[in-house]
Amino acid sequence: MFSIEEVKKSFLVSIWFMFLTFPIMVIRVNTIYKIVEWRWERMFYIGIGTFVISFIWRYLMRRKEMGVKKKEVGEDALPLAQRLLQNRRVSYPAIALVAVLALIYPFVFSLYQANIMITALIYVVIALGLNIVVGLAGLLDLGYVAFYAVGAYAYALLNYHFGLSFWVVLPIGAAIGALFGIILGFPVLRLRGDYLAIVTLGFGEIIRLILENWNEFSFGPSGIANIPRPSFFGIDLSLAETTRFVYFIMIGLTIFTIFVVNRLENSRIGRAWIALREDEVACQAMGIDKTKTKLTAFALGATWAGMGGVVFAAQTTFINPASFTIWESVIILCCVVLGGMGSIIGVILGALVIKLLPEYLREFSQYRMLLFGAILVIMMVFRPGGIITSVRRTYQFKGKSNRHA
Amino acid sequence: MEYFLELFLGGLTRGSIYALIALGYTMVYGIIELINFAHGEIYMIGAFTALIVSGVLTLLGWNALAIIVIASIVAVIYSAAYGYTIEKIAYKPLRNAPRLSALISAIGMSLFLQNYVLLAQTSDFLPFPELIPEFGFLEPYSNFIRSSELVIFAVTAAVMLGLTFLIKFTRIGKAMRATAQDKMMASLVGIDVNRVISVTFIVGSATAAIGGVLIASHIGQLNYYIGFIAGIKAFVAAVLGGIGSIPGAVLGSLVLGWTESFFTGYVSSDYEDVFAFLFLVLILIFRPAGILGRSETEKV
Amino acid sequence: MPDFGKQILAVNGLSMVFGGLRALDRIDLDVRQGEVVALIGPNGAGKTTFFNCITGLYAPTEGDMLISPPRKDKNIRLNGLKPNLVTEQGLARTFQNIRLFQNMTVLENVMIGRHCRMSAGIAGAIFRNRATRHEEQQVVEESYVILQKIGLAQYVNDFAKNLPYGAQRRLEIARAMATDPFILLLDEPAAGMNTRETEELDDLIEKIREMEGISILLIEHDMKLVMSISDRIFVVDYGKKIAEGTPEEIKSDPAVIKAYLGEESDA
Repeated sequence: MFSIEEVKKSFLVSIWFMFLTFPIMVIRVNTIYKIVEWRWERMFYIGIGTFVISFIWRYLMRRKEMGVKKKEVGEDALPLAQRLLQNRRVSYPAIALVAVLALIYPFVFSLYQANIMITALIYVVIALGLNIVVGLAGLLDLGYVAFYAVGAYAYALLNYHFGLSFWVVLPIGAAIGALFGIILGFPVLRLRGDYLAIVTLGFGEIIRLILENWNEFSFGPSGIANIPRPSFFGIDLSLAETTRFVYFIMIGLTIFTIFVVNRLENSRIGRAWIALREDEVACQAMGIDKTKTKLTAFALGATWAGMGGVVFAAQTTFINPASFTIWESVIILCCVVLGGMGSIIGVILGALVIKLLPEYLREFSQYRMLLFGAILVIMMVFRPGGIITSVRRTYQFKGKSNRHA
Repeated sequence: MEYFLELFLGGLTRGSIYALIALGYTMVYGIIELINFAHGEIYMIGAFTALIVSGVLTLLGWNALAIIVIASIVAVIYSAAYGYTIEKIAYKPLRNAPRLSALISAIGMSLFLQNYVLLAQTSDFLPFPELIPEFGFLEPYSNFIRSSELVIFAVTAAVMLGLTFLIKFTRIGKAMRATAQDKMMASLVGIDVNRVISVTFIVGSATAAIGGVLIASHIGQLNYYIGFIAGIKAFVAAVLGGIGSIPGAVLGSLVLGWTESFFTGYVSSDYEDVFAFLFLVLILIFRPAGILGRSETEKV
Repeated sequence: MPDFGKQILAVNGLSMVFGGLRALDRIDLDVRQGEVVALIGPNGAGKTTFFNCITGLYAPTEGDMLISPPRKDKNIRLNGLKPNLVTEQGLARTFQNIRLFQNMTVLENVMIGRHCRMSAGIAGAIFRNRATRHEEQQVVEESYVILQKIGLAQYVNDFAKNLPYGAQRRLEIARAMATDPFILLLDEPAAGMNTRETEELDDLIEKIREMEGISILLIEHDMKLVMSISDRIFVVDYGKKIAEGTPEEIKSDPAVIKAYLGEESDA
């Protein structure tokens, strides 16, 4: 691995990247004070960094190529973590442990931590929703955040104008989300993968720009403040109690989401989504209504974003259009891609990692978006299936040993 | 009438800039059928590089003409280098993967490059020096047209002619057309497909850099985010004209530039970007093949 | 020639024009119940285009396509029907370039074929009520039975992409069978198969016709297979029908020999 040849390759790569990043990394011109800053030390870091990374890159590349060969032979072994998860003796205690942790979390940790966890759980829910659209049905939706915005604004505005409470708006938010999913889904039915991505991106931005510019409707860029938190049977709760309450609402909603999404995945509709992802033409030729299947995917995906939006508005008590940019859609996509498209456990892990890590690695939080970009590329290149590859349900038959042709 | 003329020329300028970016989009899409989301970022990096180089040279006291020439050349070289590298890292390993994977990788690249420039430089808008001098002969018409606009039209026209020549009459152009038609076949008849794709990225990125330098100098400021919106709009233009077609990209860009200019001039400027996106949605839904594109029936 | 039942598929004057190219030029073709009909012709003659028109993937430029399902007592016009509705009417097809759902298991591939015969909706999926559970269970069992018939039962939980080539071709047939068709359109089912596999395929097609009562229309290049299983053969060249008849008639048809078999016998 460390032959002269390899070292030479890495050396050339590091020279190339030192050249490539030279103007932007090293030089900074201050046109007001008319000075040029030269930051030579950065060139050195880039050189070292890319030298090492290029070794790792080539190593991973070779592994990937070997993996492809292995697959051709038919040895498609599941990774250890996955086999453990499938083993009931491991998975049941694991679930119990997670449940206990989830229950005591807001009492053990501070309010601040509980709030972070709420945000992370909202992301788990909406990422599971996006997973239906992208992971199962294979429709790359880059405007998904629009449905999140729709849910958040639905609660804020319905509460502002009509005084509707959180509990009333939660199902309404889900319904409006689904409705928007269908409305925006209709025009894009005929579009192929990449055009679909760009049109949904367009829709997402249109909705954000409307929220930003239509002051009479949405209060423009300044947003809506003083959105009430969820009420608990009309009892006044302290801030800490409300936060815990919202936390448990999110725990409930997360469990509900996992339950529903899991059932959908292994149902007639879920199979149709996957077939659509795998081969659109064959899917139609097997008698599946493409239009209906796509629309249900859009609608059922958007439902969760709508609900997540309602909780988001209730948790932060303030919303404005800046929370719903295209990059928010990309972050949600990142959760799905990192965890493993189509895999429920994977997507949950992905969302938790993406939302929690930057919170606890504060020093690195400015590098957050840079890292997300890198994650998307690296995952696609080396592990397009994500951390946890989706597993299909298997069936046992009594007569299975009976191998007649 | 004067107002109309002003909007017309404004639209022409916009359109020409979109065209310089759209050309790269269209070339890349024509060859590997990938929406290169990072293309807008290449344009931004070109502009930034020019800003940095011209800043350094200005402080060294060089004369204006030398600065324009050197800054533009360096910007073009760097953008081309970035385009080449991006293709090698983020797209080449995914040549045989589902299209969705390459697209997600492209989005990741775009996000990465934006934040790379943001972190290495700044998030503020930086003033961009006016590189193009005012031409004396234009003075009587200064109400309508600035010399930078004239330069933009001229350069766009020249680049378009150059690219058309490259694709129609040169060896590498022929190889590009063959690769666009059928990669497998092209490699069987001895075309180095990897090289063709690399060249396409290099040429497309260089074109975007020219656009970056011109627009930054025309508008007078830039930040790390200019690439994204410009990239999306250029993509709209490329699709409008018929993706994969060089004259289509220019035509689409001009149409988009004019409609935007007249819309903001006569109707409202609040919804300028909404309008561009709406335009995109409508084209893709009703005429996905674009003005000059051919509609394809998928082979079954 | 054995006596076949009523006409179940009738295509009259079917034409398909792509730009300036006439891929199909006024083709007439019919299939009777219980028949195995072959559609042959050189590469690019328009055979797959013909399939694509019947199954609703292409909208033909002109011509009529009618079916009369054996279990129903009426004619149904296929023109303008979407592909999934054509399948629902009882026409199922396979693809020349295998188009399985690669990342689904073999059983799931077959279960997808059953999709249009099932009724569970979103509520059924979420609440998994008795009717849904029953339906799922039934489809799983029926699909397994089909796999047994086609000889793929040992692969039931494998991913489709991991199957050997010949098994993938057969899975295409199994998947199409699951849609419960009265006529099966096979697009080059023997392509890429070795002699032994082709012989097995011959038996399989015979079995499908005999046991299931499904009529078959197939496109095939393997002349030995075509001559041995077909009741009637249609020959197309450059989008035009140049001959039709029993295998014996086709073998001695001068036009066919000139256009098609001539090349074969030289080889």
